[in-house]
Amino acid sequence: MSDEIKKHERGVFHVAPLPVLIGVWAALMVFTWLTVAITHYDLGDWNLWIAMLIATVKASLVALYFMHLRYDKPFNAVVFIGSLFFVMLFVSFALMDTIEYHPELILDYAPVLHP
Amino acid sequence: MSERNQAQGNPDASHSPHLSHHFATPLQQYETGKLGMWLFLVTEIVLFGGLFCAYAVYRANHPEIFVYAHKYLDVSLGALNTAVLIFSSLTMALAVRSAQLNQQKALIRFLAVTILCGFVFLAVKAVEYEHKWKHGLLWGVHYNPEKHNTESHDIGHEAKSLPDHANESSPMLPTENLHNPIPTTNEKSAIAPAADAPRGLASRFDPDLYEHIRDVPKNVQIFFGIYFVMTGLHALHVIIGMGLIGWILRRSIQGHFSAAYFTPVDLTGLYWHLVDLIWIYLFPLLYLIH
Repeated sequence: MSDEIKKHERGVFHVAPLPVLIGVWAALMVFTWLTVAITHYDLGDWNLWIAMLIATVKASLVALYFMHLRYDKPFNAVVFIGSLFFVMLFVSFALMDTIEYHPELILDYAPVLHP
Repeated sequence: MSERNQAQGNPDASHSPHLSHHFATPLQQYETGKLGMWLFLVTEIVLFGGLFCAYAVYRANHPEIFVYAHKYLDVSLGALNTAVLIFSSLTMALAVRSAQLNQQKALIRFLAVTILCGFVFLAVKAVEYEHKWKHGLLWGVHYNPEKHNTESHDIGHEAKSLPDHANESSPMLPTENLHNPIPTTNEKSAIAPAADAPRGLASRFDPDLYEHIRDVPKNVQIFFGIYFVMTGLHALHVIIGMGLIGWILRRSIQGHFSAAYFTPVDLTGLYWHLVDLIWIYLFPLLYLIH
Protein backbone atom coordinates (compact mmCIF):
# COMPACT_ATOMS: atom_id res chain seq x y z
CA MET A 1 0.00 0.00 0.00
CA SER A 2 2.77 2.45 0.81
CA ASP A 3 4.24 1.75 -2.62
CA GLU A 4 0.84 2.54 -4.06
CA ILE A 5 0.73 5.89 -2.27
CA LYS A 6 4.23 6.77 -3.41
CA LYS A 7 3.41 5.86 -6.95
CA HIS A 8 0.43 8.18 -6.94
CA GLU A 9 2.15 11.04 -5.21
CA ARG A 10 4.74 11.30 -7.92
CA GLY A 11 2.48 9.94 -10.63
CA VAL A 12 -0.49 11.05 -12.66
CA PHE A 13 -3.22 11.74 -10.12
CA HIS A 14 -2.64 13.85 -7.08
CA VAL A 15 -3.97 12.37 -3.84
CA ALA A 16 -4.84 14.94 -1.17
CA PRO A 17 -2.87 14.17 2.00
CA LEU A 18 -5.03 13.07 4.94
CA PRO A 19 -3.73 15.71 7.42
CA VAL A 20 -4.56 18.44 4.90
CA LEU A 21 -8.18 17.26 4.53
CA ILE A 22 -8.68 16.95 8.29
CA GLY A 23 -6.99 20.32 8.85
CA VAL A 24 -9.24 22.02 6.28
CA TRP A 25 -12.30 20.52 7.93
CA ALA A 26 -11.17 21.78 11.36
CA ALA A 27 -10.51 25.25 9.93
CA LEU A 28 -13.99 25.30 8.35
CA MET A 29 -15.58 24.43 11.69
CA VAL A 30 -13.60 27.15 13.48
CA PHE A 31 -14.65 29.73 10.88
CA THR A 32 -18.29 28.64 11.21
CA TRP A 33 -18.09 29.16 14.96
CA LEU A 34 -16.37 32.51 14.42
CA THR A 35 -18.99 33.83 12.01
CA VAL A 36 -21.79 32.94 14.46
CA ALA A 37 -19.87 34.41 17.42
CA ILE A 38 -19.25 37.72 15.66
CA THR A 39 -23.00 38.35 15.20
CA HIS A 40 -23.21 38.93 18.96
CA TYR A 41 -21.19 42.12 18.50
CA ASP A 42 -22.69 45.15 16.82
CA LEU A 43 -20.13 46.42 14.33
CA GLY A 44 -22.58 48.28 12.09
CA ASP A 45 -22.01 47.74 8.40
CA TRP A 46 -18.88 45.75 9.18
CA ASN A 47 -20.93 42.78 10.34
CA LEU A 48 -22.01 42.00 6.77
CA TRP A 49 -18.54 42.48 5.32
CA ILE A 50 -16.84 40.38 7.99
CA ALA A 51 -19.43 37.62 7.49
CA MET A 52 -18.83 37.73 3.72
CA LEU A 53 -15.05 37.72 4.23
CA ILE A 54 -15.26 34.64 6.47
CA ALA A 55 -17.60 32.92 3.99
CA THR A 56 -15.13 33.66 1.19
CA VAL A 57 -12.21 32.25 3.19
CA LYS A 58 -14.29 29.10 3.86
CA ALA A 59 -15.30 28.83 0.19
CA SER A 60 -11.66 29.22 -0.84
CA LEU A 61 -10.61 26.40 1.50
CA VAL A 62 -13.32 24.12 0.09
CA ALA A 63 -12.40 24.99 -3.51
CA LEU A 64 -8.62 24.76 -3.04
CA TYR A 65 -8.40 21.52 -1.06
CA PHE A 66 -11.70 19.58 -1.15
CA MET A 67 -12.23 20.45 -4.82
CA HIS A 68 -8.54 20.00 -5.62
CA LEU A 69 -8.19 23.34 -7.41
CA ARG A 70 -4.80 23.85 -5.84
CA TYR A 71 -3.48 20.64 -7.40
CA ASP A 72 -5.32 20.89 -10.72
CA LYS A 73 -4.26 22.59 -13.87
CA PRO A 74 -4.77 26.32 -13.32
CA PHE A 75 -7.29 26.53 -16.15
CA ASN A 76 -10.04 25.04 -13.93
CA ALA A 77 -9.41 27.79 -11.40
CA VAL A 78 -9.54 30.41 -14.16
CA VAL A 79 -12.97 29.09 -15.23
CA PHE A 80 -14.24 29.04 -11.63
CA ILE A 81 -12.92 32.46 -10.61
CA GLY A 82 -14.11 33.85 -13.94
CA SER A 83 -17.69 32.83 -13.11
CA LEU A 84 -17.43 34.43 -9.66
CA PHE A 85 -16.13 37.59 -11.31
CA PHE A 86 -19.12 37.75 -13.64
CA VAL A 87 -21.58 37.13 -10.79
CA MET A 88 -19.94 39.99 -8.87
CA LEU A 89 -20.18 42.21 -11.94
CA PHE A 90 -23.88 41.31 -12.32
CA VAL A 91 -24.72 41.96 -8.67
CA SER A 92 -22.77 45.21 -8.44
CA PHE A 93 -24.31 46.69 -11.60
CA ALA A 94 -27.78 45.69 -10.39
CA LEU A 95 -27.05 47.39 -7.05
CA MET A 96 -25.72 50.53 -8.75
CA ASP A 97 -28.90 50.67 -10.81
CA THR A 98 -31.33 50.07 -7.95
CA ILE A 99 -29.70 52.75 -5.78
CA GLU A 100 -30.49 55.30 -8.50
CA TYR A 101 -34.18 54.43 -8.16
CA HIS A 102 -34.37 54.86 -4.41
CA PRO A 103 -37.95 55.92 -3.61
CA GLU A 104 -36.85 58.71 -1.28
CA LEU A 105 -35.03 60.48 -4.09
CA ILE A 106 -38.27 60.62 -6.08
CA LEU A 107 -40.24 61.83 -3.06
CA ASP A 108 -38.39 65.14 -3.05
CA TYR A 109 -39.20 65.92 -6.66
CA ALA A 110 -42.37 64.35 -7.95
CA PRO A 111 -45.37 64.65 -5.67
CA VAL A 112 -47.36 67.79 -4.97
CA LEU A 113 -48.01 68.14 -1.27
CA HIS A 114 -51.23 69.52 0.12
CA PRO A 115 -51.01 73.28 0.44
CA MET B 1 -13.34 -0.29 -28.03
CA SER B 2 -10.94 -3.09 -28.79
CA GLU B 3 -12.72 -3.74 -32.09
CA ARG B 4 -12.15 -0.17 -33.08
CA ASN B 5 -8.51 -0.39 -32.16
CA GLN B 6 -8.10 -3.46 -34.27
CA ALA B 7 -9.95 -1.84 -37.14
CA GLN B 8 -7.53 1.05 -37.03
CA GLY B 9 -4.68 -1.36 -36.96
CA ASN B 10 -3.78 -0.39 -33.42
CA PRO B 11 -2.11 -3.38 -31.80
CA ASP B 12 -2.31 -1.81 -28.33
CA ALA B 13 -5.40 -3.48 -26.91
CA SER B 14 -3.94 -3.66 -23.45
CA HIS B 15 -4.67 -0.09 -22.43
CA SER B 16 -7.23 0.82 -19.77
CA PRO B 17 -10.74 -0.41 -20.57
CA HIS B 18 -12.06 2.96 -19.40
CA LEU B 19 -10.02 4.98 -21.90
CA SER B 20 -12.11 6.30 -24.77
CA HIS B 21 -10.48 6.10 -28.16
CA HIS B 22 -10.36 9.86 -28.67
CA PHE B 23 -8.11 10.42 -25.66
CA ALA B 24 -4.40 9.80 -25.69
CA THR B 25 -3.96 8.93 -22.01
CA PRO B 26 -6.18 8.31 -18.97
CA LEU B 27 -4.82 11.53 -17.47
CA GLN B 28 -5.96 13.52 -20.49
CA GLN B 29 -9.41 11.91 -20.31
CA TYR B 30 -9.62 12.61 -16.59
CA GLU B 31 -8.64 16.25 -16.97
CA THR B 32 -11.07 16.77 -19.83
CA GLY B 33 -13.91 15.33 -17.79
CA LYS B 34 -12.95 17.52 -14.91
CA LEU B 35 -12.93 20.67 -17.04
CA GLY B 36 -16.39 19.70 -18.35
CA MET B 37 -17.63 19.34 -14.77
CA TRP B 38 -16.18 22.74 -13.85
CA LEU B 39 -17.98 24.31 -16.79
CA PHE B 40 -21.22 22.77 -15.53
CA LEU B 41 -20.51 24.06 -12.02
CA VAL B 42 -20.03 27.52 -13.52
CA THR B 43 -23.59 27.41 -14.89
CA GLU B 44 -24.76 26.43 -11.39
CA ILE B 45 -22.90 29.38 -9.90
CA VAL B 46 -24.54 31.72 -12.41
CA LEU B 47 -27.96 30.18 -11.64
CA PHE B 48 -27.54 30.89 -7.94
CA GLY B 49 -25.89 34.21 -8.84
CA GLY B 50 -29.24 35.46 -10.12
CA LEU B 51 -30.84 34.64 -6.77
CA PHE B 52 -28.00 36.26 -4.85
CA CYS B 53 -28.57 39.33 -7.03
CA ALA B 54 -32.28 39.41 -6.12
CA TYR B 55 -31.26 39.09 -2.47
CA ALA B 56 -28.75 41.95 -2.75
CA VAL B 57 -31.21 44.29 -4.49
CA TYR B 58 -33.99 43.68 -1.96
CA ARG B 59 -31.66 43.94 0.98
CA ALA B 60 -30.18 47.20 -0.33
CA ASN B 61 -33.65 48.70 -0.76
CA HIS B 62 -35.34 47.28 2.32
CA PRO B 63 -32.78 46.36 4.99
CA GLU B 64 -35.48 46.65 7.67
CA ILE B 65 -37.35 43.65 6.22
CA PHE B 66 -34.26 41.46 6.49
CA VAL B 67 -33.37 42.64 9.99
CA TYR B 68 -36.92 41.98 11.14
CA ALA B 69 -37.61 38.67 9.37
CA HIS B 70 -34.32 36.89 10.03
CA LYS B 71 -35.34 36.62 13.70
CA TYR B 72 -37.76 33.92 12.60
CA LEU B 73 -34.86 31.73 11.49
CA ASP B 74 -33.18 29.52 14.06
CA VAL B 75 -29.44 30.24 14.03
CA SER B 76 -28.61 27.03 15.89
CA LEU B 77 -30.42 24.89 13.31
CA GLY B 78 -28.69 26.79 10.50
CA ALA B 79 -25.30 26.35 12.17
CA LEU B 80 -26.04 22.65 12.71
CA ASN B 81 -26.80 22.24 9.01
CA THR B 82 -23.60 24.11 8.13
CA ALA B 83 -21.61 21.70 10.30
CA VAL B 84 -23.39 18.69 8.76
CA LEU B 85 -22.66 19.85 5.20
CA ILE B 86 -19.01 20.67 5.98
CA PHE B 87 -18.58 17.24 7.54
CA SER B 88 -20.20 15.59 4.51
CA SER B 89 -17.78 17.50 2.29
CA LEU B 90 -14.91 16.06 4.30
CA THR B 91 -16.25 12.51 3.97
CA MET B 92 -16.76 13.05 0.23
CA ALA B 93 -13.15 14.24 -0.14
CA LEU B 94 -12.05 11.20 1.87
CA ALA B 95 -14.13 8.96 -0.43
CA VAL B 96 -12.32 10.36 -3.48
CA ARG B 97 -9.02 9.78 -1.70
CA SER B 98 -10.00 6.18 -0.90
CA ALA B 99 -10.88 5.54 -4.54
CA GLN B 100 -7.53 6.97 -5.62
CA LEU B 101 -5.76 4.65 -3.17
CA ASN B 102 -7.75 1.54 -4.16
CA GLN B 103 -9.36 1.31 -0.71
CA GLN B 104 -12.72 -0.18 -1.70
CA LYS B 105 -14.19 -0.63 1.79
CA ALA B 106 -13.26 2.87 2.89
CA LEU B 107 -14.72 4.28 -0.34
CA ILE B 108 -18.09 2.58 0.32
CA ARG B 109 -18.08 3.64 3.97
CA PHE B 110 -17.30 7.30 3.25
CA LEU B 111 -19.92 7.49 0.49
CA ALA B 112 -22.54 6.02 2.84
CA VAL B 113 -21.67 8.57 5.55
CA THR B 114 -21.95 11.36 2.98
CA ILE B 115 -25.46 10.26 1.98
CA LEU B 116 -26.40 9.97 5.64
CA CYS B 117 -25.27 13.58 6.18
CA GLY B 118 -27.51 14.57 3.25
CA PHE B 119 -30.48 12.97 5.01
CA VAL B 120 -29.64 14.75 8.28
CA PHE B 121 -29.42 18.07 6.41
CA LEU B 122 -32.82 17.53 4.78
CA ALA B 123 -34.38 16.45 8.08
CA VAL B 124 -33.22 19.65 9.81
CA LYS B 125 -34.45 21.64 6.80
CA ALA B 126 -37.83 19.91 7.04
CA VAL B 127 -38.10 20.88 10.72
CA GLU B 128 -37.40 24.49 9.80
CA TYR B 129 -39.86 24.52 6.88
CA GLU B 130 -42.57 22.88 8.96
CA HIS B 131 -42.14 25.51 11.67
CA LYS B 132 -42.57 28.32 9.13
CA TRP B 133 -45.48 26.59 7.47
CA LYS B 134 -47.26 26.28 10.81
CA HIS B 135 -46.82 29.97 11.59
CA GLY B 136 -47.74 31.35 8.19
CA LEU B 137 -44.21 32.61 7.52
CA LEU B 138 -44.43 31.98 3.81
CA TRP B 139 -43.98 33.73 0.50
CA GLY B 140 -46.29 36.27 -1.16
CA VAL B 141 -49.97 36.17 -0.25
CA HIS B 142 -49.39 33.13 1.95
CA TYR B 143 -47.54 35.28 4.48
CA ASN B 144 -50.08 35.67 7.27
CA PRO B 145 -48.47 35.33 10.69
CA GLU B 146 -51.28 37.39 12.32
CA LYS B 147 -53.75 34.60 11.72
CA HIS B 148 -51.51 32.19 13.57
CA ASN B 149 -50.39 34.39 16.43
CA THR B 150 -53.51 33.85 18.50
CA GLU B 151 -53.02 30.09 18.40
CA SER B 152 -49.34 29.89 19.17
CA HIS B 153 -47.09 31.80 21.52
CA ASP B 154 -43.70 30.36 20.78
CA ILE B 155 -42.52 32.69 18.03
CA GLY B 156 -40.75 36.02 18.24
CA HIS B 157 -43.62 38.16 19.41
CA GLU B 158 -47.10 37.73 20.77
CA ALA B 159 -50.01 39.67 19.40
CA LYS B 160 -51.73 41.81 21.97
CA SER B 161 -55.47 41.61 21.56
CA LEU B 162 -56.93 44.86 20.33
CA PRO B 163 -60.03 46.38 21.89
CA ASP B 164 -62.97 46.10 19.54
CA HIS B 165 -63.73 49.79 19.28
CA ALA B 166 -60.23 50.50 18.04
CA ASN B 167 -60.87 48.43 14.96
CA GLU B 168 -64.29 49.90 14.35
CA SER B 169 -63.35 53.53 14.53
CA SER B 170 -60.98 53.47 11.57
CA PRO B 171 -60.28 50.85 8.95
CA MET B 172 -56.83 52.36 8.50
CA LEU B 173 -54.10 51.05 10.74
CA PRO B 174 -52.51 53.76 12.83
CA THR B 175 -49.13 52.62 11.59
CA GLU B 176 -49.84 54.27 8.28
CA ASN B 177 -50.45 57.58 9.98
CA LEU B 178 -47.23 57.30 11.92
CA HIS B 179 -45.17 56.52 8.87
CA ASN B 180 -46.76 59.04 6.50
CA PRO B 181 -47.97 62.00 8.48
CA ILE B 182 -48.42 64.04 5.28
CA PRO B 183 -50.59 62.42 2.62
CA THR B 184 -48.97 62.80 -0.75
CA THR B 185 -51.07 62.86 -3.88
CA ASN B 186 -50.74 64.60 -7.17
CA GLU B 187 -54.20 66.16 -7.10
CA LYS B 188 -55.59 68.82 -4.87
CA SER B 189 -58.18 67.32 -2.57
CA ALA B 190 -61.78 68.48 -2.96
CA ILE B 191 -62.30 68.06 0.76
CA ALA B 192 -61.12 70.91 2.88
CA PRO B 193 -58.46 69.94 5.39
CA ALA B 194 -60.08 69.28 8.74
CA ALA B 195 -58.44 70.16 11.96
CA ASP B 196 -59.30 67.00 13.85
CA ALA B 197 -60.62 64.55 11.29
CA PRO B 198 -59.96 62.11 9.83
CA ARG B 199 -56.32 62.21 10.86
CA GLY B 200 -57.28 63.62 14.22
CA LEU B 201 -58.57 60.19 15.15
CA ALA B 202 -55.04 58.98 15.45
CA SER B 203 -54.61 60.88 18.68
CA ARG B 204 -57.26 58.72 20.31
CA PHE B 205 -55.14 55.61 19.90
CA ASP B 206 -52.77 54.54 22.56
CA PRO B 207 -49.50 54.18 20.63
CA ASP B 208 -48.19 51.57 23.08
CA LEU B 209 -51.09 49.34 22.17
CA TYR B 210 -49.79 49.12 18.62
CA GLU B 211 -46.13 48.78 19.43
CA HIS B 212 -45.98 45.25 18.07
CA ILE B 213 -47.48 46.35 14.76
CA ARG B 214 -45.51 49.57 14.47
CA ASP B 215 -42.21 47.70 14.59
CA VAL B 216 -43.26 45.35 11.79
CA PRO B 217 -42.03 46.57 8.41
CA LYS B 218 -44.17 46.23 5.32
CA ASN B 219 -43.67 43.45 2.77
CA VAL B 220 -41.98 40.96 5.08
CA GLN B 221 -43.21 38.24 2.72
CA ILE B 222 -40.43 39.29 0.31
CA PHE B 223 -37.83 37.92 2.71
CA PHE B 224 -39.62 34.60 2.97
CA GLY B 225 -40.02 34.44 -0.81
CA ILE B 226 -36.26 34.84 -1.18
CA TYR B 227 -35.61 32.46 1.71
CA PHE B 228 -37.75 29.67 0.30
CA VAL B 229 -36.51 29.99 -3.28
CA MET B 230 -32.84 30.06 -2.29
CA THR B 231 -32.95 27.32 0.35
CA GLY B 232 -35.44 25.32 -1.73
CA LEU B 233 -33.25 25.33 -4.82
CA HIS B 234 -30.29 24.48 -2.60
CA ALA B 235 -32.22 21.59 -1.01
CA LEU B 236 -33.11 20.35 -4.51
CA HIS B 237 -29.38 20.29 -5.26
CA VAL B 238 -28.77 18.34 -2.06
CA ILE B 239 -31.37 15.77 -3.17
CA ILE B 240 -29.82 15.52 -6.66
CA GLY B 241 -26.36 15.20 -5.09
CA MET B 242 -27.59 12.41 -2.82
CA GLY B 243 -29.00 10.61 -5.85
CA LEU B 244 -25.65 10.91 -7.63
CA ILE B 245 -23.74 9.68 -4.59
CA GLY B 246 -26.21 6.78 -4.31
CA TRP B 247 -25.41 5.84 -7.91
CA ILE B 248 -21.67 6.10 -7.19
CA LEU B 249 -22.14 4.01 -4.03
CA ARG B 250 -23.90 1.28 -6.02
CA ARG B 251 -21.12 1.22 -8.58
CA SER B 252 -18.50 1.18 -5.80
CA ILE B 253 -20.14 -1.87 -4.25
CA GLN B 254 -19.97 -3.49 -7.70
CA GLY B 255 -16.27 -2.66 -7.70
CA HIS B 256 -16.22 -0.31 -10.67
CA PHE B 257 -13.73 2.14 -9.22
CA SER B 258 -10.04 1.85 -8.57
CA ALA B 259 -6.90 3.92 -8.64
CA ALA B 260 -6.97 3.56 -12.41
CA TYR B 261 -10.52 4.85 -12.81
CA PHE B 262 -12.27 7.07 -10.29
CA THR B 263 -13.47 10.00 -12.45
CA PRO B 264 -17.20 9.62 -11.60
CA VAL B 265 -16.38 9.64 -7.87
CA ASP B 266 -14.29 12.77 -8.27
CA LEU B 267 -16.82 14.65 -10.40
CA THR B 268 -19.74 13.78 -8.11
CA GLY B 269 -17.53 15.02 -5.28
CA LEU B 270 -17.06 18.33 -7.08
CA TYR B 271 -20.85 18.69 -7.36
CA TRP B 272 -21.32 17.92 -3.67
CA HIS B 273 -18.63 20.42 -2.66
CA LEU B 274 -20.34 23.11 -4.75
CA VAL B 275 -23.59 22.47 -2.85
CA ASP B 276 -21.59 22.95 0.37
CA LEU B 277 -19.99 26.09 -1.05
CA ILE B 278 -23.36 27.70 -1.81
CA TRP B 279 -24.62 26.91 1.68
CA ILE B 280 -21.49 28.55 3.13
CA TYR B 281 -22.80 31.83 1.65
CA LEU B 282 -26.51 31.21 2.30
CA PHE B 283 -26.01 30.62 6.02
CA PRO B 284 -24.59 34.06 6.97
CA LEU B 285 -26.77 35.89 4.42
CA LEU B 286 -30.07 34.45 5.66
CA TYR B 287 -29.49 33.50 9.30
CA LEU B 288 -26.86 35.95 10.56
CA ILE B 289 -28.26 39.34 9.60
CA HIS B 290 -27.33 42.01 12.08
